[in-house]
Amino acid sequence: MRYLPHTQKDIKEMLAVTGRTSLDDQFDTIPDAVKSKTALNLPDPLSEWDLNDHMEKLASDNIACQGYTCFIGAGSYDHYIPAIIPYLISRSEFATAYTPYQPEVSQGTLQGIYEFQTMVTDLLGMDIATASHYDCGTALAECALIALRKNKKADKIAVSDLVHPSHRQIIDTYIKPAGFSMVTIGHTKEGLTDISALEAMEGIAGVAVQSPNFFGHIEDLAAFKKVAESKKILFITSFTEALAWGLLKSPGSFGADLVAGEGQSLGIPKTFGGPGLGLLAGSTKLMRDLPGRLVGRTKDSNGKDGYVLTLSTREQHIRREKASSNICSNNGLNAMTAAMYLSTVGKIGIREIAQLNHDKAVYLQSVLTSAGFEPIFAQPFFNEFVMKAPKHFKEKRIELINRYCLFAGLDLEPFYPQLTDHYLFCATEKVSREQMDQLAKEVAQ
Amino acid sequence: MIRQPGTSGLIFNEPTVWDKSRDGRCALSLPRADVDRVPLNPALTGDAPNLPQLSELDVVRHYTRLSQWNFGVDSGMYPLGSCTMKYNPKTNEIQASRQGFAGAHPLAGEAFSQGALRLMYELEQFLAEITGFAGVTLQPAAGAHGELAGMLIIHAYHAKQGRQRSKIIIPDTAHGTNPAAATLCGYKSVNLKSGPKGILEPEAVAAVMDEDTAGIMITNPNTLGLFEEHIREICAIVHGKGGLVYGDGANMNAIMGVVKPGHSGIDVLHLNLHKTFSTPHGGGGPGSGPVAVTKDLIAFLPIPRVEKQLDTFRFVTDCPDTIGRMHTFYGHFGVMIKAYAYILSMGPQGLLDASRLAVLNANYIKECLKDTLNLPYDRPCMHECVFNDARQKNYHITTKDITKRLLDYGFHPPTVYFPLVVEGAFMVEPTETESKEDIDQFINAVKAIVKEAESTPEKLTQAPTLPKVTRLDEVTAARKPCLRG
Repeated sequence: MRYLPHTQKDIKEMLAVTGRTSLDDQFDTIPDAVKSKTALNLPDPLSEWDLNDHMEKLASDNIACQGYTCFIGAGSYDHYIPAIIPYLISRSEFATAYTPYQPEVSQGTLQGIYEFQTMVTDLLGMDIATASHYDCGTALAECALIALRKNKKADKIAVSDLVHPSHRQIIDTYIKPAGFSMVTIGHTKEGLTDISALEAMEGIAGVAVQSPNFFGHIEDLAAFKKVAESKKILFITSFTEALAWGLLKSPGSFGADLVAGEGQSLGIPKTFGGPGLGLLAGSTKLMRDLPGRLVGRTKDSNGKDGYVLTLSTREQHIRREKASSNICSNNGLNAMTAAMYLSTVGKIGIREIAQLNHDKAVYLQSVLTSAGFEPIFAQPFFNEFVMKAPKHFKEKRIELINRYCLFAGLDLEPFYPQLTDHYLFCATEKVSREQMDQLAKEVAQ
Repeated sequence: MIRQPGTSGLIFNEPTVWDKSRDGRCALSLPRADVDRVPLNPALTGDAPNLPQLSELDVVRHYTRLSQWNFGVDSGMYPLGSCTMKYNPKTNEIQASRQGFAGAHPLAGEAFSQGALRLMYELEQFLAEITGFAGVTLQPAAGAHGELAGMLIIHAYHAKQGRQRSKIIIPDTAHGTNPAAATLCGYKSVNLKSGPKGILEPEAVAAVMDEDTAGIMITNPNTLGLFEEHIREICAIVHGKGGLVYGDGANMNAIMGVVKPGHSGIDVLHLNLHKTFSTPHGGGGPGSGPVAVTKDLIAFLPIPRVEKQLDTFRFVTDCPDTIGRMHTFYGHFGVMIKAYAYILSMGPQGLLDASRLAVLNANYIKECLKDTLNLPYDRPCMHECVFNDARQKNYHITTKDITKRLLDYGFHPPTVYFPLVVEGAFMVEPTETESKEDIDQFINAVKAIVKEAESTPEKLTQAPTLPKVTRLDEVTAARKPCLRG
């Protein structure tokens, strides 16, 4: 096996040093009763050639082929990834390092993540961003736990039903065993979180609202902040489309206490939903409550600038059962990818791409309307929106996938049972006018 | 004298991205606008975030220089204990970057994602076979996330029995993630001391195990690199009181093909694909922490589950006893691809050989260095061995000084000051992919450093001198945090 360097001579010499007669003999401290009696029942090893064939076969059994057109978002977005991103991120000094426990030989990771934290705080208008979390849903669940820990008199968290359905499920999974519960805030017929329902709620530790919400609509975060303030509860906001902040007012500008977000749009391939990038930001007053790694700037013994992991007294390896979270590994390499992406697009590029996403989505909505779709909400959106489909669209949609590898929106019924025939569409900078016209033409037939 | 890998060389300075930024630069090839511009309501529009403005070469040079300040497995030996820093095969990266995988949308629908579902299903089967369990979920995003999933399963199991319990037993050798995960489930940690041989004693477990205790969290081999020889008896004691046994599989690299934890009485086990199954750690992640369970616990696994019906694969969410969802989609699929490719490349004999050679390398280091460094538990070890600085204390030299000097010699240091049961711990896990020559170089480096500790201790206390920066002021970093530029 090419990954195992030992020659027979090496093995013999090393066994002589360890005082063993054979490689098997090394395991004699293990009781016989727990030792395996038979070999592992796994496929025989594949050569690299055979592996390539096998993997290409599996990959081509997914329809995500070259030339596929994706009008689905809902937490995973089809954005263009500039050529330099995969090229740079595959530098193995980044990829094959562990968490930077030895800062003197990890300055690349550390400065890169420090710059990432800074760019995320700029993007979101927040004081502090962590070195990353697993994904938006798990970051949001951590925010809910922070609110519940801070506000000991309350045992409930209020969550908008236009927060991504999976994220709501994750919150439920995380908070239930500790005896907490989630109360859902419904939405209005305009497709916005029902703020009056929140106003009527009592005994809650915090409120979580997603904007743009799951329908793509931009929520009035200022209004929610006001209610949160009057109730003295934490205001948490989340998002699944990070590029929206190239165009929209940042969550920090509305006074969000905690922000959880998905950073997959920032140069990270969709990869069937993971690994993405959990973004987590907070205000300075919550600094010591944040979960996971933080990189800070300091000086070395010669007075030179350098970076270290810091404030680790919050973390599991120091505080054990009293830690703010049990997170250890995060999604560091994807955080580095996002930093590379944000450096590449820069201040000018992010506004351009964000505007283009919006323009394409507006165009898609207009051609679909002409083709017989009904725009049931009249709310401003970023790059996603909901439409009621004409009759027989369900069958047409499958036909479009089979004929053109074109994925026309996401059926909302499994997520919101009352929304039969409603679809969530997304248009990014990657879809062309021709593709959108083709979709409209096919549907109109 | 064997030549050491560490040397001095030209290192580039590189400012932060903001210091490089010049108004008006942009490294992006802007896409063609083929639709009309539709300005958003100005009341909703913000100022564009103040991102750096760079040319393409600025970006490339910035990250190339940053990468050169990093030490990875590809740079040199990285014997970080309990982290299994083995070689990360490059073919795995190629497999994961195939368009059919990397471009796959998670909500494209089962019928159009059969390749991905099949890969997940087969990887679950492979991991079930390697660990000896009946069911596996791939959903947890990292080891600690797997621990949380495992503890949630134990919590849900007790709830289903009709009586929740309040405590969990955690040995003193456990990773910090164990008690932190237990706390998230509302369990109070009961600390359990290991015995004089560095392993748990059944009597000690029996003394604390009661019917208000949900179970025990055991790492096997433990973080001293020792196999918990009484695992069977301990599991029987815990089961006898109605508890469950959680296995932390962080150290699975020692026992592939040798022991199936599912056959030793453990009920729930997590694996780290970024340790045992060769996927890169990425300077912090993303990892992947699958969880394996016995037949009785399958009903509690997170949703969605992957099932096979005839020749098609589908997601199943209709599981009334499930702990719920742990990840927005299905976990770190990109990491799963690499682990799957690794298992297929190694085959059953390859995995067994990997564990045998990992154990050989660790025992070889233990034997070669036990006259140089103090070895608190002088017993045959598994894949890692733990020394400490007891003998160097006379010269006022600590584990930290030794490890910092190792950097100058061109090695990444071992894990230090963990496990907590060994004061000044120096925990070495070479892994199977290091050759005898590289290990001999490491051994010689440690011996040379220990000599320096006597003759020229300042070489240690002032180390490192060769990396980009010298020792950093971590106290001020924490006291006056500067977390953004």
